[in-house]
Amino acid sequence: MDVTELIVGLLALGGAGLVLLAGVGVLRFDDIYARMHAATKAPTLGALLIGAAAIVALDGGRLKVALAVVIIFVTAPVASHMIGRAAYRADGVELHLDAGDAFASFADDPEPWEDVAPRPATDDPGDEDPEAPPPS
Amino acid sequence: MALSAIGSLCFLLRAILGPSLPDRVMAVDGFVVTLVALIVLNAARTGNQWFLGVALVVAFVGFVGTLAGARFVERRGR
Repeated sequence: MDVTELIVGLLALGGAGLVLLAGVGVLRFDDIYARMHAATKAPTLGALLIGAAAIVALDGGRLKVALAVVIIFVTAPVASHMIGRAAYRADGVELHLDAGDAFASFADDPEPWEDVAPRPATDDPGDEDPEAPPPS
Repeated sequence: MALSAIGSLCFLLRAILGPSLPDRVMAVDGFVVTLVALIVLNAARTGNQWFLGVALVVAFVGFVGTLAGARFVERRGR
């Protein structure tokens, strides 16, 4: 038993276990956001671990594996963001939100940031005593 | 390998019986990521590198397909 084989086996087993956990979560959760929680993060890390195992194991073609893993890492957050926004905006999707819909007041308002009070402008650096008279 | 295949099948099952359209899009996205992982794992097991290009192309096409599906859901709903 080689040390390299041991490393490859551990990495591949971890990645495959993460993918299996993600699949079970996708099947068992009962809400689209809970399902997205299971379906977007765990397979990405599983693909990273499996790609690391392949990079250790393979003789050539490591660049292709690394490129595939990088593509997944770049595109998976964008895709899940798009799916989440689409699921929020689409009609007829059941959203089991626990604490109410805090985004609804922003989503309906075309100019949402007009209502938010602006932060008081502070010119002083902050460590100055506010009671002190201004230098003249 | 078997673990990963079972997880991938779970994604496919959710894509088939997903109650709503965003569920299906999300499941297909996860299935594509899982498929890339399976191809890379197969290459690491057998040692041949013929299918690594396929993994690259599948990752790209899956991303574009997910974006198109999300756009479609956003326009049409349900």
